Amino acid sequence: MDNYPALIVITPLLAALLAGIAAWTEERLSYPIALIGLAVSMFAAFKVLMQVITSGTINYRMAGWAPPMGIEYTIDLLNAMVLLIVASIAFFNLIASYKSVEQETSDRAGSFYAIYLLFVTGLLGVTATGDLFNLYVLIEITSLTSYTMVALGDRDRGPLASLNYIFIGVIGASFYLLGVGYLYLKTGSLNMVDVANILSGLHGSSTILVAFILCMLGIWIKMALFPMHVWLPNAYSYSPVAFARIVAPLMTKVMVYVMIRLMITVFGLDYIFETLNLSEAVVWLATFAIIAGAVMALAQKNLKKMLAYIIVCEIGYMVGGAWMGNQLGMTGAILHILNDALMTFALFLAVGSMVYKLKRVDFIDLKGLFGKMPWTMAGFVLAAFSIIGVPPTCGFFSKWYLILGAFEAGAYHFAAALVISSLICAVLFFKVFEICFFEPMPEGHGHEDSSSHVAIEEAPLSMLIVSGLVSISLVVAGLYSGTIVNTIILPFLQ
Amino acid sequence: METIISIKPLLAVLVSLFVIPVLVSSSGKPNVRESWIFVAGAIKLVLVLSMLPVILGGKQIVLTLFEIAPGAAIAFRVDGLGMLFAIVAASLYIVTSIYSIGYMRGLNEHGQTRFVSFFALAISATIGAAFSANLLTLYLFYEILSLATYPLVTHHQDATSRISGRRYLTFILGTSIALVLPAMIYCYHVTGTLEFSTAGIFTGQLSKPAALVLLLMFVFGFAKAGIMPFHTWLPAAMVAPTPVSALLHAVAVVKVGVFSIVRVITGIFGVDLLADFNLGVVVMSIASVTILVSSCIALSQDELKRRLAYSTISQLSYIIFGVALLSPQGLTGGVIHIAMHAFGKITLFFCAGAIFVATGKKYISQMQGLGKKMPFTFAAFFVGALGVIGLPPTGGFYSKWNLILGTLEAQQTIFMLVLLVSSFLNAFYFLPIVFKAFFGKSEEEDNKTPVKIQEANLCLVIPLIITAIISVVLFFYPTMFVNLIKIGLSI
Repeated sequence: MDNYPALIVITPLLAALLAGIAAWTEERLSYPIALIGLAVSMFAAFKVLMQVITSGTINYRMAGWAPPMGIEYTIDLLNAMVLLIVASIAFFNLIASYKSVEQETSDRAGSFYAIYLLFVTGLLGVTATGDLFNLYVLIEITSLTSYTMVALGDRDRGPLASLNYIFIGVIGASFYLLGVGYLYLKTGSLNMVDVANILSGLHGSSTILVAFILCMLGIWIKMALFPMHVWLPNAYSYSPVAFARIVAPLMTKVMVYVMIRLMITVFGLDYIFETLNLSEAVVWLATFAIIAGAVMALAQKNLKKMLAYIIVCEIGYMVGGAWMGNQLGMTGAILHILNDALMTFALFLAVGSMVYKLKRVDFIDLKGLFGKMPWTMAGFVLAAFSIIGVPPTCGFFSKWYLILGAFEAGAYHFAAALVISSLICAVLFFKVFEICFFEPMPEGHGHEDSSSHVAIEEAPLSMLIVSGLVSISLVVAGLYSGTIVNTIILPFLQ
Repeated sequence: METIISIKPLLAVLVSLFVIPVLVSSSGKPNVRESWIFVAGAIKLVLVLSMLPVILGGKQIVLTLFEIAPGAAIAFRVDGLGMLFAIVAASLYIVTSIYSIGYMRGLNEHGQTRFVSFFALAISATIGAAFSANLLTLYLFYEILSLATYPLVTHHQDATSRISGRRYLTFILGTSIALVLPAMIYCYHVTGTLEFSTAGIFTGQLSKPAALVLLLMFVFGFAKAGIMPFHTWLPAAMVAPTPVSALLHAVAVVKVGVFSIVRVITGIFGVDLLADFNLGVVVMSIASVTILVSSCIALSQDELKRRLAYSTISQLSYIIFGVALLSPQGLTGGVIHIAMHAFGKITLFFCAGAIFVATGKKYISQMQGLGKKMPFTFAAFFVGALGVIGLPPTGGFYSKWNLILGTLEAQQTIFMLVLLVSSFLNAFYFLPIVFKAFFGKSEEEDNKTPVKIQEANLCLVIPLIITAIISVVLFFYPTMFVNLIKIGLSI
């Protein structure tokens, strides 16, 4: 069947509509509808990735309209990979979410699933589209749904976090739209490949320079690159946990994908690194992002907040790698899209289970957690090791490529930042482990007869299974990172 | 070099890993759990030994698992050095497991299932490090080992172990990320490979200052080797239950650190490159300072396990010292000390633990006259001490003999003094303990009633007798280990 590319995006969209209708009439149908929609989408994404690996890029025209008039989906190795990541994380998170939604937003479960699906549709569309204006529309779909979701969360602080998010998000979107406007003015086209062809003769144009800078600024705001990150920590930590689990791993990563797409497909690496020569400045910015994210994470007393700042730090990794100006750095950045999505998902899954049981995840609430929730903690520990960069978890291998790229480019400050952030992450996570492992401090020496034995109170099986699978996938992705690089990333870059 | 592809090294690593779920599931039945440990330990030792004839026949066993990047794979290569280390670790694991049962049950410790599980994980990582074909794989197992031993060091879960655990991680994980990781990636960046080879991986890409910086990053970065000033984690780690101190902090963990440095010197830089740059002397000087200073500190320690820890720090530097001599005899003496010191020092730790379980005593000043109560333990302690000092009839003599010859061979006579002075210091901090135990008088003792023998339980006494006997046997039969080293380093 050749319509798989359309199926990836359209099934969740249709499911969103159906789930929304069901929310008015038969609310308990919303969940199965969502589940089926995302399962189909994930399956289609898998098919598309296989097809792209064997027979190259797919150009899919919506309803047969030819570009530059019609909407074209251009699916190459890069977005085929990102599509599969998005679709499968959305699907697996939905499995884990049933119980969380029941607990947190039970009165609005139907609408929750509808918005959730719309959000996923937006992300998938952003990834699949080959059209600059379409990209804007789809980014706004994901953003609008995120604003709603954040407002659905913490009753006291959710709305304010959402409002902050809206203000900054709208600014980002406007920058991007303005940039696209300039591009359209100059090229008369919105199709990415078309624009790229026309741009290759316009490298000296200052309009293009402005367009490029505006587009990048817009995307950086949306991906929360330091110092444009201020909306992220509150938005992620006050949203419902079922949503935090998907927005944290996916939103920023998809925006990194958009940045790489614009750099490689639209503006072209020659233009960026040779004509503009901006590489050094952006790598410095990324270096600051890494250090700042890690240091700010140190100051947090709440697990969700700490993880949110770690995301800010990880964005620095990917931006720095992409702007390194060599193939190793770009490889590292793309590999890190996959790895960071997986490890952030694993971390937030564990946090979701904790929230389900403990309600709050301030550090003081985590005492004795290794005894109470051993399986959840096992998943959390593995994900933490991946963030720190302990081999054979996948976090180590993207760091490996990023540092290699930094050495090749002579950007030793970036390599140093990666090492320092690994060290800070080790401190961060072991701070948490210590609380979970040592406290409450037993009387005396902790012998068998002491009454400190805690009963196991684990999260629901649905959460544990997903959490376990994703944590194992961290090691699998790590061990097969050579294969991933050789079959997906390097062929894409050549 | 002829190579054979075999899955055996992988199995030898995985067998203790696979047994962990079994251990966890039989946590309510200690006897079942412990018998599984022995089954896995025995299979592991048999697997390791089954590769011995091939290695002694001058071949190598290789297995590539995952190709991460060209020249950097996760792969095993069993050679003479790795074999030597694996035999020591796998055989002592079984002995320690017997001891561990006696110790943990004797003290009625909590969390025994967690303890044995992480112990199994640690030993898995140790064997993996021994069989690593390249620096990437070695680093992988090094890190797994660091993390697997953290719950063992902090086993008591009290305030002291929390502080020790923090220090443990800061020094071990911190240095490996901050120093080894960038150094390793830099090596790969320059050469495009991390494969160990006796000729080294560099072909003229390194200037002398760059080589010096890299070398120092590796030597200090593998902080498990306890080179000063990155040694303080080891005395701190003595809060762990004694089986951990015995196997991990006298054999597995610390020796993985030393082994990594040996690999870097002999397999990454290559002996010839370091000799050309005259960098061996730098490492030797660093090692000498550690040897002398930590021996002096050991003299002042009253807690037996801490004294042993400082003694370990100085003995580890012997190994690095020997390898840094870069001469055949020095290399042999250094590497064989991995084995000789292991059997000697584990005996000493076993004794310390047995004394603690039987009498509750941790301090040397309390141990006067104890030899009459625990004659076997203190006899073994005496043998272990001889081994560490380097006196016949123990294997330790053989390594010291080679080290001293090595200094002559490398024409570093001044450094010979370091070895001699250190041996005196060793004698000073060990022999009085034995002397006072046998001939001193304890406070509660009166002359009228004869002292009854009150040894610790058999699970504790048998292992320490076994390791003491092996120490002596190695004096007479060091040949197998010597051959392994000669094959491993082609000298």
